[in-house]
Amino acid sequence: MTLTEQIKDLKSRCDYSSITDLVPYAKLIGIETSMVGDQLISGLKFLNSNIGNPALPALHGGVLAGFMETAALLHLIWENEPAKIPKVIDFSIDYLRPAVAASTYSNCSIVRLGNRVALCDIFIWQDDIKQPIAKARVHFLMSENLPIDN
Amino acid sequence: MVLTHREHLNKVTETPHAKKLKLAFVSSEENSVTLKLPFSEEIIGDSINRIVHGGAITSLVDTACGAAVFLTQNNLRALATLDLRVDHIRAATSGEDIYATAECYRLTHTIAFVRATVFTDNISNPIAISIATFMRSNKQFPVN
Repeated sequence: MTLTEQIKDLKSRCDYSSITDLVPYAKLIGIETSMVGDQLISGLKFLNSNIGNPALPALHGGVLAGFMETAALLHLIWENEPAKIPKVIDFSIDYLRPAVAASTYSNCSIVRLGNRVALCDIFIWQDDIKQPIAKARVHFLMSENLPIDN
Repeated sequence: MVLTHREHLNKVTETPHAKKLKLAFVSSEENSVTLKLPFSEEIIGDSINRIVHGGAITSLVDTACGAAVFLTQNNLRALATLDLRVDHIRAATSGEDIYATAECYRLTHTIAFVRATVFTDNISNPIAISIATFMRSNKQFPVN
């Protein structure tokens, strides 16, 4: 089954959680997906193994980055049913507030979707959506140019 | 108990998430640190091509950059990552261990500037380039 067929199959069965099977890393850090309205939303459940500063305690900055990148990837795959998993070109994150030892939620928006490149904005929050703890942007490669013969 | 810089350096690979990723200290110089992210099935991001997820690489880079700041500062201020950017310039071959060398190239009382190179077998053929800035606390590490 192609990736496009897999996504269509998940949608037809209203299975909003198995998409994380495509990304083993998503399971490692505890990402769970669900449908909110017509949007696929990724959440990060609290896991002790996601702690980066045991003294506070606070989640590891890298985990938040990985969560945001994955949330954007899953959102993009769900919305666009591409033939191949998009590749990350670059990822940039701004940390706004400490991430406490609790569940974290994401909000993704596709800023621009082209044939070759997509740009996504992501922000994440814990107890208040109006108080995001980090915001990030990521470029994905959707398909590559064919070589030009000279 | 007062910890030395080197003991603090060791602590960055002993946090719960660093242990989950099995991050390991490789080497250090005056302002730079190299850490290793061993390949494992769990950190795959693309199950079709079996490529390591960018998030695992970001965790490696964030940890290495923080370690480089700890090594560079002559006191033990706590750190918070302000921003971090990773450019994935080439895909790693599936199954390869990944290394990050981070260098703190500028340190002020408030901000630390760090750059990092991510590679598998050869640092002159990197898979990713990263740049990060850190806020430095008024307080010493660890904050309780």
